[in-house]
Amino acid sequence: MAPPQESCVKLGKSLSTTPSTGRAPAAVGTGGAPVLLLVSVLGALLATVATVLSQDPLFQFQGAIFIIGFVAAAAILVGGLASGGFKQDSSRYSDNVIKAGVIATLFWGAAGMLVGVIIASQLTWPRIFYFPEFGFLNFGRLRPLHTSAVIFAFGGNALIATSFWVVQRTCKAKLFGGMLPWFVFWGYQLFILLAGLGYLVGITQGQEYAEPEWLTDLWLTIVWVCYLLVFLGTIWKRKEPHIYVANWFYLSFIITIAILHIFNNLAMPVSFLNHKSYELWSGVQSAMVQWWYGHNAVGFLLTAGFLGMMYYFIPKRAERPVYSYRLSIVHFWALIFIYIWAGPHHLHYTALPQWTQTLGMTFSIMLWMPSWGGMINGLMTLSGAWDKLRTDPVIRMFVVSLAFYGMSTFEGPVMSIRTVNALSHYTDWGIGHVHSGALGWVGFVSFGSIYCMVPWLWKKDRMYSDRLIEWHFWIATTGILLYITAMWVSGIMEGLMWRAYTPDGFLAYSFIETVAAKHIEYMVRTLGGLMYLSGALIMIYNVIRTVGMPSSVSVNHPADAVPAGLAIAGE
Amino acid sequence: MSITYETIARFAQQGGSVYFFLIFLGGCVYAFWPRKQAEFDHAARLPLDEDSSL
Repeated sequence: MAPPQESCVKLGKSLSTTPSTGRAPAAVGTGGAPVLLLVSVLGALLATVATVLSQDPLFQFQGAIFIIGFVAAAAILVGGLASGGFKQDSSRYSDNVIKAGVIATLFWGAAGMLVGVIIASQLTWPRIFYFPEFGFLNFGRLRPLHTSAVIFAFGGNALIATSFWVVQRTCKAKLFGGMLPWFVFWGYQLFILLAGLGYLVGITQGQEYAEPEWLTDLWLTIVWVCYLLVFLGTIWKRKEPHIYVANWFYLSFIITIAILHIFNNLAMPVSFLNHKSYELWSGVQSAMVQWWYGHNAVGFLLTAGFLGMMYYFIPKRAERPVYSYRLSIVHFWALIFIYIWAGPHHLHYTALPQWTQTLGMTFSIMLWMPSWGGMINGLMTLSGAWDKLRTDPVIRMFVVSLAFYGMSTFEGPVMSIRTVNALSHYTDWGIGHVHSGALGWVGFVSFGSIYCMVPWLWKKDRMYSDRLIEWHFWIATTGILLYITAMWVSGIMEGLMWRAYTPDGFLAYSFIETVAAKHIEYMVRTLGGLMYLSGALIMIYNVIRTVGMPSSVSVNHPADAVPAGLAIAGE
Repeated sequence: MSITYETIARFAQQGGSVYFFLIFLGGCVYAFWPRKQAEFDHAARLPLDEDSSL
């Protein structure tokens, strides 16, 4: 079963070119840093040659990002190797890469939410938020930047960071692969830059949530396979015999995203020195593969991955065992077997065969069972600890997160019913639905987990200020409610206006009339988004102050940090 | 008998349904196996273990 505990160190040695120094003391090896240095140097050379040979300015733009990334990596690796900074301490968990992941999550979260507020403003006030002198800041370029930044940069970093924490603690094993987790972290940041800056200059394949072109897709594939290796390797050398359920959720997320990403991006580049490619699928097959990908990005990245987070951080914070471990196993298998079929509900009333649409709709309805089973399992884990809802704002965040999970997983199947979809599809109702899931469920469970992890990672007793967590909680919750209620109203209104006929059989409203009718709702939506962003900024301030706090147990607390009545009992 | 699109489709659709259903059933049997109670009780408490050092 599990190989000896020094396997990580052994790997570091076998990868490195330094001579072996016998049996493992606490800190040895270079964790494979020389191999990464070699990869960086070769990558920089290859990127330089390709950039020089290419005639395509957009390809050269991507090449320049690659060169900067590889050269920076090589410089850091040379510096680290020279100072002996990559010694692997086999007696400690790999926590520094998780710290980096927490910082990246907060940074990209604020950036992505800021872009969201900007494009919400552009939709509300197109005269003042239109920048003719900066064409790359138009809505069409910024919208994929927003979706990718919040889903993949914020959500993806939150998942990588928490999965690295959870898999080590529940397997009682250090992360596998020496320096490989650092490659996963920085490689993923490079992917984010390639994708995001690419959208701004106009590199896109125009598929929702799959906008990056072939070169960026290939890079992500390499990084993702390394992520899978780190995760599987850590499970392989675990000292705890049972594989905890959160790891099953994380693992299904990693494997499924790899498969979805590869199949939805099978494409032939115009040339290997050109940014543009054409995909293998066409017509309705292309649409079906795209929404098989798209809906399972929701099912496996935004759901399964974050359920992994839920199954660790809620029991941990509530100091209660999982309510029903048996339910968690059935929850897992039911969720992954059903989600994968739900994609066709995005293609009602299209060229997709009717039976395929009905299949997607039926499986979406069936998803009620695992979704609500999981929600109930999470909520009931608080049995015996419900009093913490009154005293601990982080527990409150988790509970509201689960409430939004339950609400959006009820709403989604309703919207997938063909006749409901006839009203809801292409309207703001869909936007509201996505945001009740993303802001309510994904955002809050991530914020809650980070509020747990920051004091653990930086060895503090607690967060700097519970009162600021309270502020974050209430501002963000109010913001979500404003956002989704505004989108319900505008979505149903425009859906009804689009299908309204005059007695003579003409459409009652021109398209622009349906847009103008939504102005007030768009103002409310912008305000809701601004409030959610403000909450995230309060959190960043709180985290920065926490990191700056003294580490010892008997710290002299800042006077305002724990107001009377807000102090967490027993913490 | 030659292999046609229909042959492959029937195999994938009907065989696939049975195959997936059996795997799911296997998962449920595992989850409800009476003698697993102790292991699951232990597993449900895994997040609560001390986690500062390896």
